[in-house]
Amino acid sequence: MAGTNPAPDNSGDWVRPARDYSSTRFSPLDQINTDNVKQLVVKTTFSTGVLHGHEAAPIVANNTMYVVTPYPNLVYALDLSKDGAPVKWKYEPKTLAAAQGVACCDVVNRGVSYADGTIFLNTLDNRTIALDAATGKEKWGSKLGDLNKGETITMAPLVVKDKVLVGNSGGEMGVRGWLTALDARSGNIAWRAYSTGPDKEVLIGPRFKPFYASDRGTDLGIHTWPADAWRIGGGTVWGWISYDPQLNLVYYGTSNPGPWNHEQRPGDNKWTAGVFARDVDTGEAAWFYQMSPHDLWDYDGVNEQVLADLPIGGGTRKVMMRADRNGYLYVIDRTTGEVVSADPYVPVTSTKGIDPKSGRPIENESVHPSLGQVVRNVCPASPGGKDWQPTAYSTRTGLLYIPANNLCMDFEGVEANYIAGTPFVGANVRMYAGPGGNRGEFIAWDPVGRKKVWSIKESFPVWSGVAVTASDVAFYGTMDGWFKAVNAKTGEELWKSKVGSGIVGQPVTYRGPDGKQYVAILAGVGGWSGAIVAGGLDPRDATAALGFVNAMPDLPQATTSGGMLYIFGLP
Amino acid sequence: MSFVSFVVLGLGVFAASGREPLRVCADPNNLPFTNSKGEGFENRIAALLARDLGSRVEYTWFAQRRGFLRNTLSAQKCDVVMGLPVDTDAAWTTKPYYRSTYVFVTRRSRNLHIRSYDDPQLRRLRIGVELVGDDGANTPPAHALSRRGIVSNVVGYSVYGDYRTNSPPSAIIAAVARGDIDVAAAWGPMAGYFAARQPVALDVVPVGPQVDGRFLPQTFSIAMATRRRDNIRHQQLDWFIERRRHDIDAVLAEYHVPRLDRGPTGSAPQAQQTREGTR
Repeated sequence: MAGTNPAPDNSGDWVRPARDYSSTRFSPLDQINTDNVKQLVVKTTFSTGVLHGHEAAPIVANNTMYVVTPYPNLVYALDLSKDGAPVKWKYEPKTLAAAQGVACCDVVNRGVSYADGTIFLNTLDNRTIALDAATGKEKWGSKLGDLNKGETITMAPLVVKDKVLVGNSGGEMGVRGWLTALDARSGNIAWRAYSTGPDKEVLIGPRFKPFYASDRGTDLGIHTWPADAWRIGGGTVWGWISYDPQLNLVYYGTSNPGPWNHEQRPGDNKWTAGVFARDVDTGEAAWFYQMSPHDLWDYDGVNEQVLADLPIGGGTRKVMMRADRNGYLYVIDRTTGEVVSADPYVPVTSTKGIDPKSGRPIENESVHPSLGQVVRNVCPASPGGKDWQPTAYSTRTGLLYIPANNLCMDFEGVEANYIAGTPFVGANVRMYAGPGGNRGEFIAWDPVGRKKVWSIKESFPVWSGVAVTASDVAFYGTMDGWFKAVNAKTGEELWKSKVGSGIVGQPVTYRGPDGKQYVAILAGVGGWSGAIVAGGLDPRDATAALGFVNAMPDLPQATTSGGMLYIFGLP
Repeated sequence: MSFVSFVVLGLGVFAASGREPLRVCADPNNLPFTNSKGEGFENRIAALLARDLGSRVEYTWFAQRRGFLRNTLSAQKCDVVMGLPVDTDAAWTTKPYYRSTYVFVTRRSRNLHIRSYDDPQLRRLRIGVELVGDDGANTPPAHALSRRGIVSNVVGYSVYGDYRTNSPPSAIIAAVARGDIDVAAAWGPMAGYFAARQPVALDVVPVGPQVDGRFLPQTFSIAMATRRRDNIRHQQLDWFIERRRHDIDAVLAEYHVPRLDRGPTGSAPQAQQTREGTR
């Protein structure tokens, strides 16, 4: 028996992308089970009218489903109590068109959140907007960042107590990362914690007790960089946030350092590519752990933290599980920041393991990139063993369900490019399938036994989220448009349905007004992995989308773009 | 020669009879290249081209960031982009109409006379470079300096600049004039234009070596571009560049674009490159 999650939520709703504060994406519903799941049929569909990558989770609260699209970030409220789930209201935030040119990797949005009769929306042009969930009427809007500085927002806000937590995107543009807490009633900024710079701006004070020595010291957010480089150092906060109500801590990761090449930013580049624990009321940092000090590979540290209490070493430990971009599945003590275990869940050549004493990756210098030098077989490739697409965890099976990439990359020669009137050069990066030839894998991982229990190989990277239920059914989607249900214990495929476009969204399951269980997913291929389709890129341009196109030449034959919601149910 | 004239005439008739606008995608705020007021040198050359075709320019404005070509030319929002390095993968470039270089910009009164990345002064001076931050990709001076271990005295300026101002990339040049940095290593067309507009005299000198190491080019040939298979338009542009070479040169000189191919000012240096392109 694997532990229990804090603050279980037994309602049939799904009010935030991660469903609960522990980010388990576990639903207590069990009407749809391993026996009857094969009978699932499409109950309702809804076209969003938008073509880019649909990464959001549809949110369900009070018999209403809330769907947010990629730019221009339309929000639809669908009335689940009526046949065909008609539109109750639609909200258009009039997102600035210029935001499209600033977003790095397709103009995605990872979801809205519901709390206290309010829908909280982040827009690509850096606004957080509170909407009356019943009417769609705007309660407040707050501008948090500046497109002119390269900032955008793509992450889903998390509402905790009276705070709305929001982080920025744009590390590639020389943006300095931050997490901001807004007052949920007014939209006023309560606190902002930067990811680089002086301790007082990172909100590091007397309460800061990092586990590892390399994170201790004054103003490391300045001193682990060349002079002033921290001002444009990245560490943006575009991923997921979890919350432990007992410890009153929120947990989130920071993106890779930027915009310099690694040779130009000697040092650990604090506090990028790591995970922070902070007091939600004050923003004060409690601890920090850096997965990728001085990141070389674009291994953002923004992936989700799944909180659970696991039986480890004869007792129960309060941990977080992190399937990091760098290819390691971390189990970290969430009270202290100590790494309990770290094991590769995909093939890893970029490092040689995690040193248990220092918590740092053991470098593999033979693959360190240097412009003009050929370096081959770097695994995982920049999108990591897993990118933003979130895992799910079942307290019943004790397994973490990982939608993984199996991609490696070569650096070969030099490529010239052009931006803002200026030519620049970089390594010619090409990604390709890792060992086995499959580009994706759906993995069930035992975090206590520290091993893969079963897995399903997928042709394309698995770029969708996961949902798992109390009836031991796990749902995920593929980039060629299959929505699948598998037995969460065995990995047996139980059911699949072809949808109109590749899936890069997050499945949810909920109890409808009729008391029946439903499953919903947004289809609509895009994002970084799907840029070849959503952006209409030329498959001959192998280095497009930072080398991702080389790995995806067959995606345009497998799917076309177009945002569509699917709701499935039993007949 | 008579064959050439015939082709040119033929294209002229084709364009004049259509009178369709010349659809150009450009950044609305990126002097000296383009802006929405038509004040950039690419605006001026586009206007020349349109006049030649008996047409007018119709702009689609889009910040020239990652995804620019994907969202503009490739998305059929326009038919022509006025400036891209030769052999850029994502579009079909014409023959180049100028070749420029990264340059060192210093205050003339400092008498620094830096011409090479190997100048020992660069180990102690405060150096500004433009930063792109595209995962391992950066401007050639950023690479050239870090290759030499020159890191701690280097200051980065975003190539995008502060987009709220009306000349976003100019901050690095203004920083030289103010003395915030001793030397800037910046892309020539931008540097030449803004250097000429500072309150103090600045020297603008091509960096050396032109190809650093075996693989790191500091000079680039710039062309116009169309979509692939847009043969007729592509030919129109090539012929325009050939026939109006002197007018184009005059515009570039007016904007103080440092040239490596044909220096109309006489101050631009040497070396016509035989092999165009950067790949």
